[in-house]
Amino acid sequence: MAAPLYQIPGQQAPSPGAPAEAHAAAADGTGERTVAEVLAKSRAGAVIDDLERDLVGLAPVKSRIRDIAALLVIDKLRMNLGLLAHAPSLHMSFTGNPGTGKTTVALRMAEILHGLGLVRKGHLVAVTRDDLVGQYIGHTAPKTKEVLKKAMGGVLFIDEAYYLYRPENERDYGQEAIEVLLQVMENQRDDLVVILAGYKDRMAAFFRSNPGLSSRIAHHLDFPDYPAGDLLRIADKMLERQSYRFGPGARTAFEEYLVRRVPQPHFANARSVRNALDRARLRQASRLYADQDRVFTADDLSTIAESDIRASRVFEIAAAP
Amino acid sequence: MMTNPVGRITQGQFSYLPALSDAEITLQIEYGLGKGYAWSVEYTDDPHPRNTYWEMFGLPMFDLKDAAGVMMELQNCRKAFPRHYIRLMAFDSTRGVESTVMSFIVNRPSGEPGFGLRRQEAPGRTIRYTVHSYATDRPETERNP
Repeated sequence: MAAPLYQIPGQQAPSPGAPAEAHAAAADGTGERTVAEVLAKSRAGAVIDDLERDLVGLAPVKSRIRDIAALLVIDKLRMNLGLLAHAPSLHMSFTGNPGTGKTTVALRMAEILHGLGLVRKGHLVAVTRDDLVGQYIGHTAPKTKEVLKKAMGGVLFIDEAYYLYRPENERDYGQEAIEVLLQVMENQRDDLVVILAGYKDRMAAFFRSNPGLSSRIAHHLDFPDYPAGDLLRIADKMLERQSYRFGPGARTAFEEYLVRRVPQPHFANARSVRNALDRARLRQASRLYADQDRVFTADDLSTIAESDIRASRVFEIAAAP
Repeated sequence: MMTNPVGRITQGQFSYLPALSDAEITLQIEYGLGKGYAWSVEYTDDPHPRNTYWEMFGLPMFDLKDAAGVMMELQNCRKAFPRHYIRLMAFDSTRGVESTVMSFIVNRPSGEPGFGLRRQEAPGRTIRYTVHSYATDRPETERNP
């Protein structure tokens, strides 16, 4: 049959000099030769800068993303010289204590991978056990497949993934969901990226009972707890986003608050910071509310005063003994 | 039909073109997804023109973002029914449209049985004509050996 007269976008041009320049260049080796040239043409640099700016701490996560981006750039250079380049396996598992930013990073990850050109569409499908596991025999596989199909071209984020496997119930359908998941993770690596997230100890037990799953995940990222300095910077960012700010002495008071709060039970890193700030906002609101006849300026309304922080129960407990 | 020189049935879109490659099918799916259509996979062994509703292979796929999901279902269907007709259909759920807006065959048996014209004598020298699908000459389980 004669060669078709039409051309499929994204495929190699039938004759040199056709519009698909990048591919034509790749063939004769005149493409980009330096990292700077590749970065200039992709959004990788901007994506990484955004990540550095927006997220506090999380050094291991950032460094892994930088590595992936670097590999991608080098792969591009390799391709330009006619060397083989395989897309890296990108399935990830995020483990860490509550409030260390697992979900936040996963949400950003879809955007980042799309910016790096590793996923085609860059949307994120966030699911939990309920979305994957069915209620009766034969319900699970189609349900899991449907979710996987929706996530193709993007990122599938399975929050609290350890719930998928329930060893105490041998008739649990979670195992079936895991099998379908494994199959697609293996066969369609180019089509979707799966991110599993959960608390560290429970994820460790989950991976121990599903070694196949663990070995198919290339990136096991552990989210460390934030040191006090990072928590304070997170608080700054949170307030800034809600257009509030610390008044005089309030930031120091909050630092002292953190020092007292961190060793207490149920401390959930950034989530506790957010809750503490929310409570400070409540106290600020009732403080201002009491002043019924005052005309407030924008400054009054957006300042968290030292007293709002100091009124916290955490200080009372510390002072009591 | 009887006078079809290439022996390929022509139903749906692109049926006068050579068979679409997977890359071309992917592009058509992407086009449909871009318009917000829901794709579905259907198959049959009797492509009679009046056989409007083919067997569904799985449910229609709503809320997909990428063609890879549809292609996965298509490959599964091809594996299960290698000698059947398989078509992809795109459903447009826009209010007021709510109907199939794209449909094309993506898999055919290697030898297509085609159709014959049947004549039936009726009272008063009347002749009734009907199109007969040769695929249905054999029982369902013995078709597509």
